[in-house]
Amino acid sequence: MGSKCCSCGAISVPPRPICNECLDSEMEWIELKGKGKLESFTCTAVCPPFMAEEGYSTENPYCAGVVKLEEGGSVVALIDGVDANVPENIELGMSLEARFTHLGEDSSQEAYLVFGPVSV
Amino acid sequence: MYHKKRSLGRGVAVVGAGMSKFGMFQDKDSLNLFTEAYQETISSVEKGIDPKDIDAVYFGNFASEFFVHQGHWGPIIADLIGLTPKPCTRIEGACASSAAAFREGVFAIASGFYDIVMVGGVEEMSKCSTPLATEGLALGGFPDEARTGFTFPGLYGTRAVAYFERYGITREQLMPVTIKSHHNASMNPKAQFGLSIRNIMDKRIERAQQKGEQLSPWNSEQDFLRDSKVNPVISWPMHLYDCCPISDGASCIILVAEEIARNYTDDPIYVIGLGQGSSTGLSSSKDLTSLEGVKYAANEAYEISGLSPEDVQFAEVHDCFSIAEVIATEDMGFFPPGEGYKAAEAGLTRLDGPKPINTSGGLKCKGHPVGATGTAQLLEVWTQLKAQAGPRQIPNPNLTIGAAHNVGGHGGTCLVTILERR
Repeated sequence: MGSKCCSCGAISVPPRPICNECLDSEMEWIELKGKGKLESFTCTAVCPPFMAEEGYSTENPYCAGVVKLEEGGSVVALIDGVDANVPENIELGMSLEARFTHLGEDSSQEAYLVFGPVSV
Repeated sequence: MYHKKRSLGRGVAVVGAGMSKFGMFQDKDSLNLFTEAYQETISSVEKGIDPKDIDAVYFGNFASEFFVHQGHWGPIIADLIGLTPKPCTRIEGACASSAAAFREGVFAIASGFYDIVMVGGVEEMSKCSTPLATEGLALGGFPDEARTGFTFPGLYGTRAVAYFERYGITREQLMPVTIKSHHNASMNPKAQFGLSIRNIMDKRIERAQQKGEQLSPWNSEQDFLRDSKVNPVISWPMHLYDCCPISDGASCIILVAEEIARNYTDDPIYVIGLGQGSSTGLSSSKDLTSLEGVKYAANEAYEISGLSPEDVQFAEVHDCFSIAEVIATEDMGFFPPGEGYKAAEAGLTRLDGPKPINTSGGLKCKGHPVGATGTAQLLEVWTQLKAQAGPRQIPNPNLTIGAAHNVGGHGGTCLVTILERR
């Protein structure tokens, strides 16, 4: 879910109370299809503690990126289904779709937005 | 839209500056480091200054709550230097904290309210583990970024990938920046890594020989930087030598009203332009290869000073990562978009080039104690303008205009300051 500005139509994920394009405060909810293209990314080897706890490391890096959504606006997310050990093979502009995953354990478990290659 | 041409109420000059050595110190804390910087600053005022005459202090610090579990540093610093009950305010703008503090100090004097202000910054980051320091630094990004798993190198790595794609380059084209900065740092006794890449290579070869180890020879400095065993990936495409280190350090500057500057020195350095701007996070950025906040800040600084980018003879820019230096020189208007890396490759930004960038060695080699970086950059500009940089002095006898470009987060807070020697 994201926000769409009633005045200028700008879309934002996560949703905003105030439009950062026209500065108006009339926003409405918009449901997005969860499809987009990879705008840019990085493959992280030196991880913060919460990602190290998930098993990521210098031998097992993860990919995080910016995804340009089909409807408009961009979102940052983990990128799954790509080989973070061979970043040279990850193509900008590749088609991605959203799904949710969980990181953390038990009560501290949180849902995470992840994008991966469109399943055939 | 309302726009008023900005100006300062009255002139402000730098009459003294100093810094601690930057590095990772087990045996020095924030107070030790600030004392070092402060004492050097007071001694640097050529005709002397009575510290009791300081009206107020503004200093930068990013995240000492996280790094050393202590907040509210204002009164602690005032107490340290014996300035209680004078006002002492902590300014936070991530890596641009002390340049933002400098700006507040300038405004305080330019408004006519104070005559003598000390500005500076301090950060102590080395006592926690690398993963924790990584987590602390990620606090400087936008909320959706740290939560997603972006680290600081990751944020700039993402910008680098966009830059590489747009201009058809790889990290190979960033290597001249690293080599140049290390060369400069080898002449800076305050630098954390005061070694050229060649020095570093020679030391490794020597160590390997002593241990009787086999080492594949590197044919060049570029060759060394290409070797992932010595230059591993941190967050692709940023490798170790593309990244500034975790550092401790402090720096200070004394600002006075222009009309009293000659009581303190025969050679005041004047603040002739300053600007501040902000940039948004990756998900809201219109252009990942440029920082809108820098362009805003630079425009303001150029407008106030009446100067253009061509008039700035040299600059200290925020090279937290190699790509950041390239983007900085473009955002400052020194080189057109997409040409910044070419300028470095062609040697234009070397000490003896037409546009020296980061004569101190930059954040990469001098170190980056986050809160102290802004005023340390300005200290380098001041030092160069006064022809006091020793072996790393820019060999131009007519140096009059220098700039500092300081960025917090990956563009969140942007400060541009222009200093002039008359």
